[in-house]
Amino acid sequence: MKKIYMDHVAAAPVLDEALNAMLPYFKDNFGNPSSIHSLGEDAENALTDSREKVAALIGADPKELVFTSCGTESNNYALKGVALAYQEKGRHIITSSVEHFSIMHTVKALEKQGFPITYLPVDSTGMVDPAEVAKAITPSTILVSVQLANPEVGTIQPIKEIAGITKERGILFHTDAVAAVGHIPVDVKELGVDLLSLAGNTFYGPKGAGALWMRRGVRPAPLLDGGIQENGRRAGTENVPAIVGMGVAAQIAAKEMASRAEKMSKLRDKLIKGITGNIEEVLVLGHPIQRLPGTASVAVKYIEGESVLLFLDMEGVQVASGSACISRSLKVSHVMLAMGVEAATAQGSLLFSLGKDNTEEDVDRVIEVLPPIIKRLRDMSPLYRKAKKG
Amino acid sequence: MAMKYSETVMEHFRNPRNVGEIPDADGIGEVGNPQCGDIMTFYIKVKDDKLDDVKFQTFGCGAAIAVSSMISEMAKGKPLDDAVAISNKAVAEALGGLPTNKMHCSNLGADALRAAIQSYRDKVAANLAEPPRVKVEPETDHDHEAEAVCHCPYCDLENPSDAPYCTSCGKPLDTH
Repeated sequence: MKKIYMDHVAAAPVLDEALNAMLPYFKDNFGNPSSIHSLGEDAENALTDSREKVAALIGADPKELVFTSCGTESNNYALKGVALAYQEKGRHIITSSVEHFSIMHTVKALEKQGFPITYLPVDSTGMVDPAEVAKAITPSTILVSVQLANPEVGTIQPIKEIAGITKERGILFHTDAVAAVGHIPVDVKELGVDLLSLAGNTFYGPKGAGALWMRRGVRPAPLLDGGIQENGRRAGTENVPAIVGMGVAAQIAAKEMASRAEKMSKLRDKLIKGITGNIEEVLVLGHPIQRLPGTASVAVKYIEGESVLLFLDMEGVQVASGSACISRSLKVSHVMLAMGVEAATAQGSLLFSLGKDNTEEDVDRVIEVLPPIIKRLRDMSPLYRKAKKG
Repeated sequence: MAMKYSETVMEHFRNPRNVGEIPDADGIGEVGNPQCGDIMTFYIKVKDDKLDDVKFQTFGCGAAIAVSSMISEMAKGKPLDDAVAISNKAVAEALGGLPTNKMHCSNLGADALRAAIQSYRDKVAANLAEPPRVKVEPETDHDHEAEAVCHCPYCDLENPSDAPYCTSCGKPLDTH
C-alpha cells in the first residue's frame, strides 16, 4: 500500500543531492575540521562552503552563522546565552504563548532561575500583536523571542513590525525560524532581528544539523564550552556530513522555494476544502493568509485525534495531531489553547504538513478516506450524541 | 511518540464490541473530561442482578476505545458484584497489556462501569423510574475547568491538570 506521508514538519526525506554530497565525509574525507593536516583542511573547507550556502538562504553574512546540532540547540543557545550574558542589564524576557517546546521549556527553566518571563497572548489565528510586545517591555527587558512561523498551525508572525519596536527600545530580538527557513523567503536584514534559529531537517537536509545566526556584536554566552570550534562560540567536533547535507539542501531550497510553495499551497488549499466540504463541524486553524505553504491544521469536533491517526495509518496516511492522548504529558497542545480553542475541540486536532513530493492523488486519497473514519468515531462518541440531541 | 499497542488492543479498536446506547437503560455511568481527552459513557440493563446488556459510547484514543470494548465484553452476563470487582489491571491484562502512559484509560473504563452499576443501585434504592446519571469526577466547588484532573502518565496517580509535577512520583508532568 502506498504510504501517503503528510507529517513533514516532524521529518522529511533527505534530498538525493544532499545525501550524495554527505557520503564522502563519512569514509574518504573523514577529517576533523580542527586538524592542521590536509584531511582536516578539506573538512574545514566543506564547512566554509556549507556556511556560505546556509547564510545565503537567510541573507546573512556567513561569519555571523554558528552551526549547531539542531533547532532545539539553537534555541537553547540563543535564550540561555543571552540571559546569561546580559543579566547585568536586566532579567526580563518576553516570548509568545505559542512557541515550540524548545523555547517554552527553556524559558520555563530560566524562570526557575529567577528570570521573569512574559508570555504574549495570541489572537484566534495564533498571531502575536506587536502592540502587546510594546506594552510588555520594561526597563529590565533584555530579550524578546517570537517564532517566525508556527510549526503546528502555520501562522506567520509579524516579525518585521516587532523588530521595529525592539530596535527602537534597544532590546535584542530572537526568532525561532525553524519552521519557516527554506519554505518562505527569510532575510535577516529585512526582518530586523538580532538572532535567528534554523535547522536542516526541515528543508530536506539530514537530522543533526542546525544553526544560530546572530548579528555582529551580539554575544550570547556559549551553550557548549570546550574547544574553539565555531570561533569559540560552539564547542564540539562538528557533524561535517550533516552540515554538508544541510548546505546542499539550503542551496536547493533557495532555488526551488517559489515553485515548491506554489505547488504546496495549492495542495494545502485543496485538502482543506475537501475536508471541510465533506465533514461538518471542522475548525480550520491558523491565519488564513499569513501562513506556511504546506501546513493544514484542523480540529474535528466530537472525536479524538489519536484514534483518527490510527485509522489513517491503516490506510497508509501518516499525519500528526495535537491531542492530549498523543502527547507524552497527556496534555492538549498549548498552541491551540492559547488560540482559544476549547480543550474538547482541540482533542480532535489533525496536523497535515505537506511536502514538496506530495501529489494531488495523495490529497484526493486523504479526502476520500477521512470522512468515513470521522463518521465511525462520531457514531461512538458521547459528545456527538449529546450535540446532536440538542 | 510511537504507539505500542498490542494486537488485542488494535483488534478491539478496529472492531469494538457493544458500541451504542440503551434508551431504557437501568443504569448510566460517565467518566472523563475534555482536558484529558477521554470520555466514556456506559449503559447497562440489569436482570436478576446480572448485567443483561452493556453498551458504551467513548470519545478518546485507541486505548480508551479498546478498554471500553474489552470491559463491556468482560462484564456482560456477569452478576453485578462480580462486574464491580473487575479491576483495571484485569482489563489491561486481557488486552495483552497497555503502554504505561495509557494505563489510566483502563482506570476510566472500570470507573465508568462501576458508575453505571451505582446508577442502577441508586435507582433501585430510591425507587426511581429512570436511573440517575452517575458522573465520576473530582469533588470541587471551583469551576470544573480549573479543577480537572488527569492521571500521571508514569505512576497513574491523579493530579490537578495544571500541576507541574506528579505529587506522588515527582516526575515532571509538563514534559511533552
